[in-house]
Amino acid sequence: MTWSATARGAHQPDNTAFTQQRLPAWQPLLSASITLPLFFCAGLAFIGLGLGLYYSSNAIKELGYDYTGNPGTGDCSLCGVADQDRAPPPSCRCAWNFSLPELFQGPVYLYYELTKFYQNNRRYGVSRDDAQLSGLQSALRHPVNECFPYQFSAKGVPIAPCGAIANSLFNDTFTLWHQRLPGGPYVEVPLDRTGIAWWTDYHIKFHNPPLVNGSLALAFKGTTRPPNWPVPVYQLSPDPNNTGFINQDFVVWMRTAALPWFRKLYARIRQGNYSAGLPRGNYRVNITYNYPVRAFDGHKRIILSNISWMGGKNPFLGIAYLVVGSLCILTGFVMLVVYIRYQDQNDEAEDQE
Amino acid sequence: MWRWVRQQLGFDPPHQSDTRTIYIANRFPLNGLYTPQKFIDNRIISSKYTVWNFVPKNLFEQFRRVANFYFLIIFLVQLMIDTPTSPITSGLPLFFVITVTAIKQGYEDWLRHNSDNEVNGAPVYVVRSGGLVKTRSKNIRVGDIVRIAKDEIFPADLVLLSSDRPDGSCHITTASLDGETNLKTHVAVPETTVLRTVANLDTLVAVIECQQPEADLYRFMGRMIITQQMEEIVRPLGPESLLLRGARLKNTKEIFGVAVYTGMETKMALNYKSKSQKRSTVEKSMNTFLIIYLIILISEAIISTILKYTWQTEEKWDEPWYNQKTEHQRNSSKILRFISDFLAFLVLYNFIIPISLYVTVEMQKFLGSFFIGWDLDLYHEESGQKAQVNTSDLNEELGQVEYVFTDKTGTLTENEMQFRECSINGIKYQEINGRLVSEGPTPDSSDGNLSYLSSFSHLNNLPHLTSSSSFGTSPENETQLIKEHDLFFKAVSLCHTVQISNVQTDGIGDGPWQASLAPSQLEYYASSPDEKALVEAAARIGVVFIGSYEETMEVKILGKLEQYKLLHILEFDSDRRRMSVIVQAPSGEKFLFAKGAESSILPTCIGGEIEKTRIHVDEFALKGLRTLCMAYRQLTSKEYEVINRRLFEARTALQQREEKLANAFQFIEKDLILLGATAVEDRLQDKVRETIEALRMAGIKVWVLTGDKHETAVSVSLSCGHFHRTMNILELINQKSDNECAEQLRQLARRITEDHVIQHGLVVDGTSLSLALREHEKLFMDVCRNCSAVLCCRMAPLQKAKVIRLIKISPEKPITLAVGDGANDVSMIQEAHVGIGIMGKEGRQAARNSDYAIARFKFLSKLLFVHGHFYYIRIATLVQYFFYKNVCFITPQFLYQFYCLFSQQTLYDSVYLTLYNICFTSLPILIYSLLEQHINPHVLQNKPTLYRDISKNRQLSMTNFLYWTILGFSHAFIFFFGSYFLMGKDTSLLGNGQMFGNWTFGSLVFTVMLITVTVKMALETHFWTWINHFVTWGSIIFYFVFSLFYGGILWPFSDSQNMYFVFFQLLSSGSVWFAIILMVVMCLFLDIVKKVFDRHFHPTNTEKAQLTETNSSIKCLDSMCCFSEGETACASVGRMLERVIGRCSPTHVSRLWSASDPFYTNDRSILTLSTMDSSTC
Repeated sequence: MTWSATARGAHQPDNTAFTQQRLPAWQPLLSASITLPLFFCAGLAFIGLGLGLYYSSNAIKELGYDYTGNPGTGDCSLCGVADQDRAPPPSCRCAWNFSLPELFQGPVYLYYELTKFYQNNRRYGVSRDDAQLSGLQSALRHPVNECFPYQFSAKGVPIAPCGAIANSLFNDTFTLWHQRLPGGPYVEVPLDRTGIAWWTDYHIKFHNPPLVNGSLALAFKGTTRPPNWPVPVYQLSPDPNNTGFINQDFVVWMRTAALPWFRKLYARIRQGNYSAGLPRGNYRVNITYNYPVRAFDGHKRIILSNISWMGGKNPFLGIAYLVVGSLCILTGFVMLVVYIRYQDQNDEAEDQE
Repeated sequence: MWRWVRQQLGFDPPHQSDTRTIYIANRFPLNGLYTPQKFIDNRIISSKYTVWNFVPKNLFEQFRRVANFYFLIIFLVQLMIDTPTSPITSGLPLFFVITVTAIKQGYEDWLRHNSDNEVNGAPVYVVRSGGLVKTRSKNIRVGDIVRIAKDEIFPADLVLLSSDRPDGSCHITTASLDGETNLKTHVAVPETTVLRTVANLDTLVAVIECQQPEADLYRFMGRMIITQQMEEIVRPLGPESLLLRGARLKNTKEIFGVAVYTGMETKMALNYKSKSQKRSTVEKSMNTFLIIYLIILISEAIISTILKYTWQTEEKWDEPWYNQKTEHQRNSSKILRFISDFLAFLVLYNFIIPISLYVTVEMQKFLGSFFIGWDLDLYHEESGQKAQVNTSDLNEELGQVEYVFTDKTGTLTENEMQFRECSINGIKYQEINGRLVSEGPTPDSSDGNLSYLSSFSHLNNLPHLTSSSSFGTSPENETQLIKEHDLFFKAVSLCHTVQISNVQTDGIGDGPWQASLAPSQLEYYASSPDEKALVEAAARIGVVFIGSYEETMEVKILGKLEQYKLLHILEFDSDRRRMSVIVQAPSGEKFLFAKGAESSILPTCIGGEIEKTRIHVDEFALKGLRTLCMAYRQLTSKEYEVINRRLFEARTALQQREEKLANAFQFIEKDLILLGATAVEDRLQDKVRETIEALRMAGIKVWVLTGDKHETAVSVSLSCGHFHRTMNILELINQKSDNECAEQLRQLARRITEDHVIQHGLVVDGTSLSLALREHEKLFMDVCRNCSAVLCCRMAPLQKAKVIRLIKISPEKPITLAVGDGANDVSMIQEAHVGIGIMGKEGRQAARNSDYAIARFKFLSKLLFVHGHFYYIRIATLVQYFFYKNVCFITPQFLYQFYCLFSQQTLYDSVYLTLYNICFTSLPILIYSLLEQHINPHVLQNKPTLYRDISKNRQLSMTNFLYWTILGFSHAFIFFFGSYFLMGKDTSLLGNGQMFGNWTFGSLVFTVMLITVTVKMALETHFWTWINHFVTWGSIIFYFVFSLFYGGILWPFSDSQNMYFVFFQLLSSGSVWFAIILMVVMCLFLDIVKKVFDRHFHPTNTEKAQLTETNSSIKCLDSMCCFSEGETACASVGRMLERVIGRCSPTHVSRLWSASDPFYTNDRSILTLSTMDSSTC
């Protein structure tokens, strides 16, 4: 008898909260009474943040100059005309003169900007060998197939660094000169060319191959430079910490941009007298014009900008916050009105019933 | 030769003859003319695969599914051409899905193999070469003589040769075959019954000729030709001598039988059939959506390809100096490039059709269906049965039902028969406390009679029951009545196939029943509950059936034992609707007792109070009682001779035996003298009225389909609330001709249109229905649709299925549900969209063939209104959400192509492409689709009208689908262009002036998308248990942790290090954080506004109901920490949370629970209809 009783109980489902689908649960409802305060609060918060962001972005100063050299656009047009053929074009020099009426708050960053340059083209983007760039010996001699047609030179020598990205390394150079007093001499403003690449890229991801007899050149023996480069990779800079694959310009370039217009950090101005910014006065940027962009209707710009905690000058965030915030409040009001009127109608309807 | 090939290929059936000839013990005739027939061995193979064919066969089967095939194609395309994503991105998920499915199927097959091996390897004893040989079950050949001991299961279909009883009978139970638990007696041919030892059996020379295997469990025809002393004796074999594989020997020490059907040809194996595939509406809409998405996918790919080539006409875009093509790329054919570009775009966008959708849906259905079995409200305590899910494919269909077709007996009623009344010789009696009381003029001195027959235990001492003054007053009447009663109750207690279980003794052969055995100790087993009720009633009255022993039936009439020789049983069949027995009374007289439906008995009667009885029967029927008429015929020995011969001929006939038997039966069952009628009550099940009422309020049309007679059916219909008193009941019965039927239908249609205020109920009977269905389907359907209740009586099983099919294919294509409990309901259960079996008294056949099996009809309301509603909401949201999240996922990818010259550059890294659906967004939706309760279950059950909110697949309507898709697109636009504008002129977003790259941009889009998609899920969730909290916030946290980890290491074996430290850099930017918040809020803003306005302007009934119950809800934090009722597994986490949050004191938990306890009690009084506001429906 007892046995049958337990047997019967054995079939009985467990009476637990889970099996009976009555786990304790919070059951929120998106009713107006909850969403209305939420909307107002969110709206106010967003407007507040928006204002903050907007002013923070507005405080950032940006100064730019298009030196593509389209005919009639100034000093660089001579160079621009020369740049009709494919790379490498003949070297050409031009300058950008500007004056600052007041202190350009530091630290100041020097960017170059390219447009209509598709670093995000897939064929371009895959044309690199990360193993080679990390200094792996085997990869140095045998670049991956993605690098083709910049994998081996015509003679069959492996190219280091291989691939289209490396081959198209931006090679214009800039120097900044400051004229303290009108008519005075131009003094070169020191440009800090370090710290422009991501720390991890520079220190970990990119490595030179191990030195042979203390010489980087020997380490790269048996490879050749990319066809567009005037110098091999180990001569990118005289500074041994900034040459080869860990040349910072190179590292910066190798981080391909998301959109067909992009800026890349060229240098930081933070040394000597210029650590607080660029003082007032006349300035000149001497440009070595090497990089051809007119072939694909591109533009080159040079930009001086200072930076806040949120980066460069971009009013989008502030405006967007303001818009969304106002929308929230507006919707809140509409809803409030609707809610009240609807409530009245409801009451009436109930009264009629 | 050619024939052999055709046979092997299955074109020709291997057996050409209609019969198989079996030489018992394989003793073939010695003359060489004989070519032995080949039979398969006794191996049962239920498994699908072998070790060798598992991989190819399983893969083949899996890739026959369209979705898998699609992904295989994508994968192959990726392998063949240069595509933007590595083949791993689609290969890995596909591999995962295929592997998981293969493992599951392999495991199931392994289990099947195991059970096959167990069955095939079971030891059996076979008589071979004069001795008993122990061998394995699979080695049994057709013709082997097998010995089965008590309580063993028959290893093959055997023809009984002998048992240890002298009469060669044995008892078996076929519970595992058809669920009938009663004991069945099977008998051997007299010539073989004496062969009770192996040695004796060895002398047997006999041949069995029988039909080829067929699936019908209850049909077997054959004959045994026994050669004895150079003489051939032919004996008929019927189902009563066939012991089916799977049945179990009972009450008998051992039997010998000869195997006639083996292995896959046994009736059990032939009855094993895979369930027909039913597809739910949700699945159908899912496929529609898939096609739409496929169109979107292909058009996106075409647009991209075309735009790519427009762009590429200019060389400066196609091949600028910094990005030159290879010779090979330049020289390849244009068309080929075009095609390969198209395919590449197809691969790039292929994630818009989510592979994980199928996996998730299947998991949801499989796991979700457990809740039905677990539900205590669907657990029937008396029988200890819980609800049973046979297929999880139809869970959501339970929420879509528009028509319920229900059987009456055993479904609406208990199928627990109680003898109530009888009419004997034109006088009506009622059974009150175990004695018969005459109705009509009630005798006033009734109290004096109460001592009689009042208690069973005193039965032996009782004087004759007719001494009760209830039966009459004058003594001379009394004797007359005694005789009539005698005969009536003898008929009742003899004309049946009831068995008696005797647990105390091993065999009935041990001795006659002891007289001291009180009737209360007798337990009757009957295949039909009516019979059982009648025999029990007769026992209470004093005519106790004690048992059948060999060919005699013993009846104790008021303590006096009488033995009747059972000469023949003319079994019940549903065409004749009656059964009879021919017995020889102790006096030597031979009687035929017949019992059957009044329509089948009365026309054959020539004597007795026919008219009065007919009136009584109608009266009984009006009360909702089931009636049976009893009649008898006294047979002279000459008549008996004729009968005996005809029966023998018919039974031994090999051809058209059934026809011949029917003729013989008709010949025998005539010229009967009516004894009277019995009325048995079949009690309504608990809460049937409320359930039907609730179904109707839910907008479900309830049809009752029954085999019962018209009056009974109507009265039950009325008593169970299917018909109302206020209803205008239309009748379409007894239609004889087509024209008449059409005319009647038109008339009914007119009446309905004239009078549309009143509700109409329609009664149709089987014959009229078949007429109506034959020619006037449309007219009939018009009438039916306008009736709120339809009752079909006198229905044959196939007619039930036909009615359902008719409704199914009617223009509205409604979803039908059939409920039934008996074997006669199987066809309708299988026909309906959803088949529900009631696990009742008439075996488990219905339950086994159903999609869901429940113990009681009343459980239907919870099954539909709560489980069905939940499952529907869950799966509908699941499907919509899946498409939504993949639109969100892929559209930015498409938009990005406009900015990368349609070069098929991916926005996200391959790992993210792969894991998005598998890891990052899979769990919240799965948990949602398992646990979501958008409204409290008890509200759903108390307000059946809420069921209308989800009718007609509303959640998956095109508008809803469009809303979700457009939402997905707009969200995708927000992610993409939000990030795009944030980049602006590509100013630095970092505090140190450094720049982001394309992977950072992609990560930003992906991060915003992941958060938005997850929070969107959170917005949909109304039921936040700790699990929901865990997976929702856990998914986001997991994404961040994973990304930091993935980006934090230079993966040694990966050739691309694109993502190295990208995510970390992304998060180190303040602007990005602000942008993420902004975009997420912007995305959800639209949706929230829409939800709030919807709720206020057109709230559905469900939403209204949600409002009324919010006060009982608990707080968010509580749901996170108070997650268990003291389950120890979670206690440590609970304590930790307690410390962290500091508000989860145990008292808090318990208070919370006690407060909600009455709310959740199991015996909630369901369906308190009075409180329901009918104004809302």
